[in-house]
Amino acid sequence: MMNSAAPTSTARSSAGSGRPAVQPPAGAERLLGGVGTQGAAVGLAEHLDRWGSVPTWRGTAFLDELDASGLRGHGGAWFPVGTKWRSVRKAGLRSPVVVANGAEGEPASGKDRVLVQQLPHLVLDGAVLAAATVGAGRVYVHVPSGAVPAVSRAIEERRQAGLDPCDIEVVVAPDRFLAGQETAAVATIIGRKPATPTFVGLKPVREQGVGGRPTLVQNVESLAHAALIARFGAEWFRRVGTSQSPGTVLLTVTGRWAEPRIVEAPLGVPLGEILQLGLGDARSFQGVLLGGYGGGWVTPKEALAMPLTEEAARQYGSSIGAGVVALLPTNVCPLSEVSRVVTYLEGQGAGQCGPCVNGLAVLANAVSQLAHRPNALRGGVAAIPSLCGLVEGRGACRHPDGVARFVRTALRVYGDHAGLHLQRGPCHTSASPFLPIPRTAPRQGAR
Amino acid sequence: MKRPRFSLVINPIACDGHGVCAELLPECIRLDPWGFPILESGEIPVELLGHAERAAISCPRLALTLVKRTS
Repeated sequence: MMNSAAPTSTARSSAGSGRPAVQPPAGAERLLGGVGTQGAAVGLAEHLDRWGSVPTWRGTAFLDELDASGLRGHGGAWFPVGTKWRSVRKAGLRSPVVVANGAEGEPASGKDRVLVQQLPHLVLDGAVLAAATVGAGRVYVHVPSGAVPAVSRAIEERRQAGLDPCDIEVVVAPDRFLAGQETAAVATIIGRKPATPTFVGLKPVREQGVGGRPTLVQNVESLAHAALIARFGAEWFRRVGTSQSPGTVLLTVTGRWAEPRIVEAPLGVPLGEILQLGLGDARSFQGVLLGGYGGGWVTPKEALAMPLTEEAARQYGSSIGAGVVALLPTNVCPLSEVSRVVTYLEGQGAGQCGPCVNGLAVLANAVSQLAHRPNALRGGVAAIPSLCGLVEGRGACRHPDGVARFVRTALRVYGDHAGLHLQRGPCHTSASPFLPIPRTAPRQGAR
Repeated sequence: MKRPRFSLVINPIACDGHGVCAELLPECIRLDPWGFPILESGEIPVELLGHAERAAISCPRLALTLVKRTS
């Protein structure tokens, strides 16, 4: 993994003029170590004290370093970041555009918001580095309205310091589940229908996105990791994590402690260890949602024993997606929780594709029947997977596929509970709902 | 020697569920309960290429495209 193009200590201290060399973070808290998840953003001076400035990488040297690092996208797809940057760099004759994507439409996820609000400069370092690497002249930072002040302040600090060679613009991501979807983010940025996916057909966004230019839409956490790789190298990056999934990951953990927590953990570590739970604790919750509402459920035993990697999650038909880990408490009806989420997701569709509009409505209704009026469910539980099959792969985006995965994995994990509903009727519980649903979720343009 | 392979691509946003395609190419396209097309397979057999082309041209929403891939 040694690479002759790795930054030397002289390159690393370029803008530091007399600053002591910055030591790479040694522990598992690479991004968040010492920052905390509350309070004010880290300003530019403190940022440079902490990490030093980003060394200059010439030509395609940083692409080689990214490939060597094995960094994968933390937005949900876990696609190799180096491969993505390469494809944008050579996609066309016109100069590309970079989108730092912090939209984070997943209601149960909070890690991107913490990152852009606490460490805006690390995200911006990564975005500007991406722009320099793929040859882009413009960076858009796509974040929810709440994060705009912190990001705008950081951009202004950098402008005054004359830090970046490219333009950086903030774009507000609407409060919609699909806001962060790649083509939906592009639609928001160009001022078309906001947070509305488009059909890319044979020309993906990396070839033709914002203004028809090759466009790199990269999650803000991936950019922050890239900013550290540029400073400390691929070999350092690989010191934690697995060979397939190196480095650390930011998780939003709900249902383990009194309040949701943002946790940074090395990839590949058993999830039980991260949650500080042993196999004996499996009875204290009913199931674990991995990845978010576009992810999937696993049983408590599976969750506690599994290494935290995308591959391990996929073995159970799930995904670690955007890093959501939600432990479902024992006092709620799991099917009622699943139904609330599916109804929410159905309402969050863009209303553009016939199979998704019609299929999700029928699917949401069937899941609701299973939860609340099981006798009304025609065809029994078996009807539900066939409805999933009717929507999978048939939208312009992967929204219907995500809903289907959420439902299919729920039926596997809560199959016994579904059987009880059919035998004895629905649960009667006074427990307050567990999984978060945004309060205002207006339906978008109906078909 | 590379043999070109053909497949159909549906733009699900443009598609309105007219169903003309399923009528002209029932061998490859069936309709879901709401009248929207489901593609049966990835590749269009050579003997059906003429019908596939006609289905694509006849779509009132131009939502169906016949794509040639050489690989």
